[in-house]
Amino acid sequence: MTITRTKLGVLGVIAGSLLFAGQANAAECEDLVLGAAISLTGKYATNGIHAQNGYEFAIKKIDEAGGVKVGDKCYNFKVTYYDDESKGDRGATLAERLINQDKVQYMLGPYSSGLTKAIAPVTEKYQIPMVEAEGASRSLFNKGYKYLFAVLSTSEQYLASAITLAAEQAEKEGKKASDVKVAIAVENDPFSLDIRAGVMEDAAKVGMQIVIDEKLPRDLSDMSSILTKVKLLKPDVLIVSGHSKGAATAVRQIGEMKISVPMIALTHCEAADVVGNFGDFANDILCSTQWAETLTYKDELFGSAAEYDTEFKSTYTEYANKTVPYQTAQASAAVYVFADAFERAGTLDKEAVRDAIAQTDLSTFYGDIRFSDAGNNIAKPMVLRQIQNGEYKVVAPSAFASDPLNWPRN
Amino acid sequence: MDQIMGNLGLLFEFPVVNLKIIIDGVMIGALFALAAYGLALVWGVMNVKNLAQGDFVIAGGYIAWWVAGLGVPALFGVPLAFIIMWGIGWVIYKLVITRVIERDLFTSLLATFGIAIMMAQLLNLMFGSDTQSVNLGYETLFFFDGFVDVPIAKLIGVCMATVLAICVIVFMKFSRMGQAIRATSQDARAARVLGIDTEKVYAFTFSLNAAICGAAGAIIVMVWVIQPFYGITYAIRAFVIVTAAGLGNLPGVIAAGLGIGALEQYGSHIFGIGYQQAIAVLLLLLVLVFRMIQQRRSRQVLK
Amino acid sequence: MTIAKTLLYAVLLLIIFAAPFLFPDFRTQLATLWLMIIVALTWDMTGGQMGYNSLGNIFFYGTGMYACAVVGIAIAYPVAEYTNASGGGIYKFTDTQYFLGAALGILFAGVFCSLCALIIGYFTFSLRGPYFAIGTLGVAIAAGELVSNWDFVGGGQGIALPVYPNDLDEGKLFFYFLFAGTGIILFIFLNWMYKTRFGAAINAIRDDEEKAEAMGIHTLRYKLTTWAIAAFFVGVAGGISAYQLIHFEPLETAYQTINLGIFMVVCVLLGGKGTLWGPIIGAIIFQVFKEVTWNYLLGWQWVALGALIVVTVVYFQDGIMGWLKHTKPEWFGIRVEKSADGGANS
Repeated sequence: MTITRTKLGVLGVIAGSLLFAGQANAAECEDLVLGAAISLTGKYATNGIHAQNGYEFAIKKIDEAGGVKVGDKCYNFKVTYYDDESKGDRGATLAERLINQDKVQYMLGPYSSGLTKAIAPVTEKYQIPMVEAEGASRSLFNKGYKYLFAVLSTSEQYLASAITLAAEQAEKEGKKASDVKVAIAVENDPFSLDIRAGVMEDAAKVGMQIVIDEKLPRDLSDMSSILTKVKLLKPDVLIVSGHSKGAATAVRQIGEMKISVPMIALTHCEAADVVGNFGDFANDILCSTQWAETLTYKDELFGSAAEYDTEFKSTYTEYANKTVPYQTAQASAAVYVFADAFERAGTLDKEAVRDAIAQTDLSTFYGDIRFSDAGNNIAKPMVLRQIQNGEYKVVAPSAFASDPLNWPRN
Repeated sequence: MDQIMGNLGLLFEFPVVNLKIIIDGVMIGALFALAAYGLALVWGVMNVKNLAQGDFVIAGGYIAWWVAGLGVPALFGVPLAFIIMWGIGWVIYKLVITRVIERDLFTSLLATFGIAIMMAQLLNLMFGSDTQSVNLGYETLFFFDGFVDVPIAKLIGVCMATVLAICVIVFMKFSRMGQAIRATSQDARAARVLGIDTEKVYAFTFSLNAAICGAAGAIIVMVWVIQPFYGITYAIRAFVIVTAAGLGNLPGVIAAGLGIGALEQYGSHIFGIGYQQAIAVLLLLLVLVFRMIQQRRSRQVLK
Repeated sequence: MTIAKTLLYAVLLLIIFAAPFLFPDFRTQLATLWLMIIVALTWDMTGGQMGYNSLGNIFFYGTGMYACAVVGIAIAYPVAEYTNASGGGIYKFTDTQYFLGAALGILFAGVFCSLCALIIGYFTFSLRGPYFAIGTLGVAIAAGELVSNWDFVGGGQGIALPVYPNDLDEGKLFFYFLFAGTGIILFIFLNWMYKTRFGAAINAIRDDEEKAEAMGIHTLRYKLTTWAIAAFFVGVAGGISAYQLIHFEPLETAYQTINLGIFMVVCVLLGGKGTLWGPIIGAIIFQVFKEVTWNYLLGWQWVALGALIVVTVVYFQDGIMGWLKHTKPEWFGIRVEKSADGGANS
């Protein structure tokens, strides 16, 4: 930790110093090429572009801070991009092209778990270190991959913290955690099933009962039959995950049917814009997110999360009136991990760099980053935000909470 | 298995839940019945099996959602969707369907499938792939200690569906065009001989079908959510209902629609909501097998 | 066989063998092309030659994938444990386990799908016309929904199979030649079968089932046999796909009713129903059209595809082979007698 801090501290000092000097420095540095297949077209295009902007923003910041010092030389990152068209087979082909024809030695990840799943076997085969920021499914991390590293929290953690929160509340009330009843309704797809698995595991640890465990269909438009069971069985926690449509349907029908459950936790609240669409119905609902600009994380390169947010918006003006998506923030963090690993490795040898990445122990604006043997980030918790009077307020984990939890709901 | 027994147990422990399930089933069934009635019309009159039925529903929903976004009161979305979908139905008829009518049965299935994927993708390009709904902001009525909830929005939707159905029935029975449609469905050649312009009847029928579906979609967007690719759900239900009820049997279509709505709600209560689509399709297969056995008795096959 | 024909086949074989080496970047696409050819040819067996338009042949593709994966895993690990371990546990396959599993799995997929065809066909073949199409479509949709709720095979998570053990490029060639080999065997078989009495019998069923029955053809037996053969090849193709794709899930990959399930029908209609070469030509054109629109008409590709289907079905129903037969009947060995108005009668 300390080593990292000092080295990047140097970066920070340079960044803080005269901008002109920084640029002069950057001009002397050589290019260090990373490769990335990213979805610029196709169904993931929106988020693919968010990720690409995140990469480019981080590269620009590192340039301005004087580049990456490897031994006694300095380098600037440069990324060779290809468009994977949001298709797995295309992504795998492009990864091979990057490695065989463009002779890329280091890769940044694509967007989505599916694309990462397609590309990871290729990078593994050619022993190319890949730091990815957008593939959350934990099935990526049980294949024994050695060259795959992910800065984001895996998807089973998305709502597991809601269980911890419920247990804390139960104890505050003088009840036992094992008295808490949990209802789960998740979509029948890999991402949401991962979320379910995480919730189940955490609930089992403290002995909570699962009273409802249902899977939502792909084309969900009505979940009143589940909510009726919720009325009958009176769980203390209701967990729903089904992308935007799940969030929208849940919030609407919870409001209409006046479901009173002390705690309701969802994913994709922001994407479904539940506040804009359903107003008061959304109040006091918990939503999970990888990162929020209101968090207290900070580092020397980007500053605090809030500073990242403002600076990114001034660089990419098309985001001026929107929130900066967490997809962008984590992409920047991935580039930062590479910069840090190169400096610590002190060489461009890819095995040494791989080992340096594996030993990463970094505090960033995006959160702490430390990899498990499987390559996933185990240091950064997911954040739960509660919708309080139409605004998203961080309520858990308690270290970052900006506001107290409203409990019980209604 | 435990879960299934538990869910069955709930039905007996809280008998009022049965009432809730039946009410919900009838509400969704009424809308299925509308789409199915349109399908029965075009199938019976011009022998076109319209796989794009569900996409007409969704398109109607998007029209209502779009005008609601422009500030028009949401309830006006229903007649607007009816009128606009009428026009779209007419255009599709003139471009494609008119050339499909006299052809073999498989042609209409595939041609309308092509229309269905085009419509779904066009809706996706125009409105994005997020789910949308119109929030009327009405209250919910509660009965039996809050176990049975009837959102007023749903009630309005069902009333509008009923009014629409009655209008269509009255129209078919008493108007000149309605009689011409029924005559054409019985024997197109005889109708032509008697001076009925069957081409006009076909165009009218198909447009009417699109309009009914559009209105159903406009009701659906007020009560549930829509998404560009949800059409298949409604298309499958429409086929199940028409296959079960037979063509030209309006009371049968309505009864089958309500029945399937209720059965699906029971099924998703007992087995879990994840089986909803499977239940609908298995019902279709059951109906087919049942009708097949009936036909076999008279040494015939289901054509 | 004439010399010209022999030469033609020799050249075709050469192209088939050379293609993946000439276009190494397109190996996966070429393998997919063979998949399309296989499913189109098998669809035409019932749809074109026998007059039973199934919309549910995708059932055999998906079932083949799952049957193959289950066998391929079962020879090394307990299946339920393997599919449940999406959260932890590392499962390695040795080379022998991989290849033995793939070989057994692919064969089992074919046989299992044939059996399924016999059982499903026993019920569905009493349906005619649109009811047969809707009934078979229903079987495929229901199967997908049920499998996606069946935890033994991973439910909605799908199944991840092991990766090809050796070099990746070699793996691509491996799958290309597996598909190509299956396609060639299927072609040779159909070329022979359509000329036999059996072929004539299924054509008779298409032309008039009642009359065929009256002539003493046991129609159900013929229908079941034909569908079972078709199902065998689709199942094998599904099994190969399962290993090629590595990871697949029930609704969008295996039982993809509205993609591949309909594409195969469009291929056949495009090329010409009830001909041997029609489905092949249709599959090639369709696949090229699809690749081009997917690359250059981004966002609009589905609209273009829908338009292609509508135009094919409505304006061009006899397909390319039908059109050729009409305009160049002499190519098909059909003697043409010029009638007074100069039109061709075949």
